[in-house]
Amino acid sequence: MTATSHTNPDRAGIQDSYLALARSKRWMNLVLLILFVALLVGGFNTAGDRNAGGFWDGLPNVLDFPADVIAEAIERGHLLPGYMAKYLPSLIETVNIAAASTLLGAMIGLFLSLMVTRGLAPLPWLVGPLRRVLDLLRAVPEIVIALVLIFMLGGGPVPAMIAIALHTIGALGKLFSEVNENASLKPVEGLASVGASWSQRMWLGVIPQVAPNYVSYALLRFEINIRASAILGFVGAGGIGYDLRNTMSWGQGKFDEAAAIFLLLFLTIVIVDQLSSVFRNRLTHGLPSAKVTL
Amino acid sequence: MLQLQAVTKTFGANTAVHAASFSVDRPMMIGIIGSSGAGKSTLLRMMNCLTPASSGEILVNGRDITKLRGSEKRDWQSHCAMIFQQFNLVPRLDVVSNVLHGTLNRRSTLSTMFNIFPQDDIVHAIDILDRLGIAEHAPKRAEALSGGQQQRVAIARALMQDPTIILADEPIASLDPMNAQLVMQALRDIHEQDGRMVIANLHTLDTARRYCDRVIGMRQGRIVFDGTPAQLTTGVARDIYGADASFSEATTSTQIETLEPRPKVAAAL
Repeated sequence: MTATSHTNPDRAGIQDSYLALARSKRWMNLVLLILFVALLVGGFNTAGDRNAGGFWDGLPNVLDFPADVIAEAIERGHLLPGYMAKYLPSLIETVNIAAASTLLGAMIGLFLSLMVTRGLAPLPWLVGPLRRVLDLLRAVPEIVIALVLIFMLGGGPVPAMIAIALHTIGALGKLFSEVNENASLKPVEGLASVGASWSQRMWLGVIPQVAPNYVSYALLRFEINIRASAILGFVGAGGIGYDLRNTMSWGQGKFDEAAAIFLLLFLTIVIVDQLSSVFRNRLTHGLPSAKVTL
Repeated sequence: MLQLQAVTKTFGANTAVHAASFSVDRPMMIGIIGSSGAGKSTLLRMMNCLTPASSGEILVNGRDITKLRGSEKRDWQSHCAMIFQQFNLVPRLDVVSNVLHGTLNRRSTLSTMFNIFPQDDIVHAIDILDRLGIAEHAPKRAEALSGGQQQRVAIARALMQDPTIILADEPIASLDPMNAQLVMQALRDIHEQDGRMVIANLHTLDTARRYCDRVIGMRQGRIVFDGTPAQLTTGVARDIYGADASFSEATTSTQIETLEPRPKVAAAL
């Protein structure tokens, strides 16, 4: 028996049906492409029509603000290091808000993500309701939650932290549960076979598998939260956002200070990004001293 | 047509392949044997340019392929098909699409994105699948097939490349004896009927003896044996694997015909 002497009596039929399949797929792709382009153009026009000043008229002025900021920053470049030192404490406050809210949000999000992953959830009937809760946490803008909390608790970093943490729970709960879905159930089954409890199975069977992905999502969220906590400073939550609002206002002549704050934020994101890649590499590949195995 | 001259590959302090040299003057079926970590896979990967060589030359019809870069390298790869132990198909795409990937070197990125392949190629792909006895699985997703079927899809992808050399890295190590035989026979037929050179890393001696015209043995990165299957005696095999007198081929055999229970085992059962 040789494999190559085998011929299927219905080869022509198989070819025809596959070609028909390929043709219909191709048509479907074309329709989707047309739909995509139509949506893009339509969406753009709708947004353009609703624009207060007119998109095309305003377009040439878009670069005015950055140009002013850069011009002033270059003009008074020698002052930038001083400004950076001046605003460093507010930056630390902002990063602090972001770090606390990311940590809190990631821990609660991790727990909820395991509760809403089909196949892992201990109470399957809770999967649907808990998912809606996560949707709700993502749907309400954090600035709204922060404004309500500032109204009730007074201005300061704590309302901002809570507002960002709530949003982080919603976002990371969803992302973590999607990571959990791709985890292999074999180790979980192995642990179940020795009589391990649900929390033991999750802690040893699922989390080690998905930890590198968790970390990269959490660190991305940390970056986003730094920016979010800077924005919340605009509405009175403290931190570098408050300073940014004051220096950014037109006509104050403080654009050089605004440039220093932008630079600080940019450097912070760069540092977080570098730290996260180092940390992630260590988590996935072990310590750098580990030997290359063939 | 193929000539390796002192091909060496080092990873940091480790030398995976140490000054490997051999030459082949006509298309034949070559088996490379040796224990795990002997450098067999690295040697094949260097021939396909998947792994760059640290030093030495791989001459194909007088051209050193280790120096190729960019589109010239990809052009060589399209003429030098590779078959992997774990099949390395795209699991979520259908079987015919996976076979058509053999023509990617000739296709633009845009037509690839929309999965547009010429009708002649599609017909040809299904002909190749039929030759390997799996035409009826054409529209299925690759991940829905068994290991032996997936390996034959991988061979079909290799044939779609119309290659001069087919490299097979442990093609049957993940397969049961029946499927292993089907896959090895398919490779042998491709060599005999199409006149293509086949170089396969093999982990069992009987497979090398049965299907190959020439056997190369590697140990710790060096070529320690190069000869006909007949010259591959048990003593030579012990040297290649660094084994002592307790080494017996029968215990590693995957051939169905040789699977007669040894008296001791039978008695123990």
